[in-house]
Amino acid sequence: MRVSLFIPCFVDQLMPEVGLDTVRVLRRLGYDIDFPADQTCCGQPAFNTGYWDDARPLAERFVHVFGSAEVIVCPSGSCTTMVRNFYPQLLSDSPLQAKAIELGQRVFEFSEFLTNVAKATDVGASFPHRVTYHDSCHALRELRLKREPRELLRQVRGLELIEMPYSEECCGFGGTFATKFAMISGAMGETKIGNAELSGAEYITSTDPSCLLHLDGILRRQKSAMRTIYLASILAQTSSKTPRTQRSATAEALR
Amino acid sequence: MSSNAAREFLRRAAEKSADLNHRQIIRRSVDHYDAAVRAGRSRFADWEAARERCHEIKRDALNNLEHYLREFEQRIQERGGHVFWAENSAEACEYITQLAVSRGVGKVVKSKSMVAEEIHLGPALENAGIEDVDTDLGEFIVQLRHEPPYHIVTPAMHLTRKEIAVLFKEKLGDVESDDPQELVAAARRALRKIFFSAEMGVTGVNFLVADAGMVAITTNEGNDRLGTSLPRIHVAIAGIEKIIPRLQDLALFWPVLATAGTGQPITCYNTLIGGPRQSNEVDGPEEFHVVLLDNGRSELLADTEQREVLSCIRCGACLNACPVYRTIGGHAYGTTYSGPIGSVLTPHLRGLNEFQHLSYASSLCGACTDACPVKIDLHHHLLENRRDAVQHASRPLMERIGFKVWRWTMQSRVRFELAGRLTRAAIRVATAAHLNGTALDPAGLWSQKHGPLPSPKKSFRALWGKLDGAK
Repeated sequence: MRVSLFIPCFVDQLMPEVGLDTVRVLRRLGYDIDFPADQTCCGQPAFNTGYWDDARPLAERFVHVFGSAEVIVCPSGSCTTMVRNFYPQLLSDSPLQAKAIELGQRVFEFSEFLTNVAKATDVGASFPHRVTYHDSCHALRELRLKREPRELLRQVRGLELIEMPYSEECCGFGGTFATKFAMISGAMGETKIGNAELSGAEYITSTDPSCLLHLDGILRRQKSAMRTIYLASILAQTSSKTPRTQRSATAEALR
Repeated sequence: MSSNAAREFLRRAAEKSADLNHRQIIRRSVDHYDAAVRAGRSRFADWEAARERCHEIKRDALNNLEHYLREFEQRIQERGGHVFWAENSAEACEYITQLAVSRGVGKVVKSKSMVAEEIHLGPALENAGIEDVDTDLGEFIVQLRHEPPYHIVTPAMHLTRKEIAVLFKEKLGDVESDDPQELVAAARRALRKIFFSAEMGVTGVNFLVADAGMVAITTNEGNDRLGTSLPRIHVAIAGIEKIIPRLQDLALFWPVLATAGTGQPITCYNTLIGGPRQSNEVDGPEEFHVVLLDNGRSELLADTEQREVLSCIRCGACLNACPVYRTIGGHAYGTTYSGPIGSVLTPHLRGLNEFQHLSYASSLCGACTDACPVKIDLHHHLLENRRDAVQHASRPLMERIGFKVWRWTMQSRVRFELAGRLTRAAIRVATAAHLNGTALDPAGLWSQKHGPLPSPKKSFRALWGKLDGAK
């Protein structure tokens, strides 16, 4: 099976290690990977801010770029949601709507793909650390993924998965919400981090690098010892020597 | 985006967001609520099926609203009750005030009603020289503080018993400790006197039952029963959407409302009233009036996309579930209906331009939609309100231009890559020059809370080129 990568625009530009680790895990499982280079953004920032007319051409672009893909994997529950759940409404008057609906059935969030399509929960990873899982809102309440990422984490050698209280509560990122209502967003992030710290974990992981980017920033400002790490970045690690957090992974990729 | 309401909202929200004591009080309260609701839902054979059924019944009620309201009106009139159709707040207030004045009413006791808050009935009565006392314990407390209710169901949720003890000591005098039982007893003593001297009782309505021609009123304190049986006149006020078709529907809606509202199997007092005292009855009021309020609801009814918002049974579950509500509190909204339902509804009832900011003040997490016992698709309606705001209301010019530029950029791979490279370079420069969070920082609003954005030298697509060489 040939897997086409749908890399969210902010991951592409700001968090490349998330994409690289996604590739590493998929290649280890023997998948042939394709990255359609014409992809840019799925349109979610405009859609969520109400600019549906500006989001629409990007949704149409996405349908064209990925139209012939066999299966599409995305390291983000949120961007997967945009395509699968919101394109049908956004493109309701577009000739591409039917194609978009059909395409939406072939787009999978990373953990969803591994667990439900590839049927591979043990990907041979090793990460001897205490980890807590943050349920991102789009993965949990739009895609209904709760079991999938946890099953993957439970199979990682040495990893201790510790649930935090209120793991289903929003971290406060919310896209443009984080800048338009920074005080509310920041307070929600602090609440989330307080709960994550109660778990005693060293790392917070999630299906969504956007949540982690938000939490990582607040953790650093608080000078907390806790770090964030994207799910695939855990699964990509096979030796137990040095854990790669998001930022150190970038440095490594560049070496 | 910068209506007065929006500016006030931002100011209050910023203040409460930083108030850790407030956050703790609300968390404790919601924790109790969550545990009770979990137990409550487990008493249903199939909670999801119950939600679905409620949704269907309300859909039928709204799709045939006029038919059911006429049926309700006819039954009430047959028993000698009066039904007044109020187009807006002013009409509703005038009817009730005129009624009170013409009957020589000096004192009105209110039992819990969000519609009374919506139409600002209290101030209207006071302007006419009529004393108005809220008899629900929570509402009694916030009225003593000259505050609006903090929450649809639990109006004084934001106060600790210590704060209430201090308030009662000052206003009522006869309170010695902050023991909840003593506080309740003090309120009871004060309210009893008032109940016996009031000439009119005003209540809200939880359900207008069409086939029975009755109003169903739900309370935990029984204050509605005193307020509808002691005074000579009973006025029930309800939004027109409160209709349900059949008496038997209460067998579902009463436990669902109780479960979603407080986690109770059923609320302590459920009262059905269909008219004034009949000739063969020994008690009940001499006069019974129902005020049916439109106040923008008909317009929402005509909106096929969002009509279902009128299914709301005001249980408050979406408020408790909302992480934004829990962070900023009920007063920050500055509206009668707060939390997710308020953020969806208020732009419809009071103007999109003035209240669109509420539809933006959400991370769209969807916890409200999952909590709603009548399955209103709340967070997706927030998205639709945002779309409507962009089409029909004023948005900041820079935002409008910004998204046009963004769209143009994203429609080309080359422009996207270039924009990404420039952004990362700008972040690096801003970080090196210690400009993070200032006006010169391209990610200023982000950096204030998060520090600098990461700015890797190479993008994924650049690195992919290298990785892919092995192919």
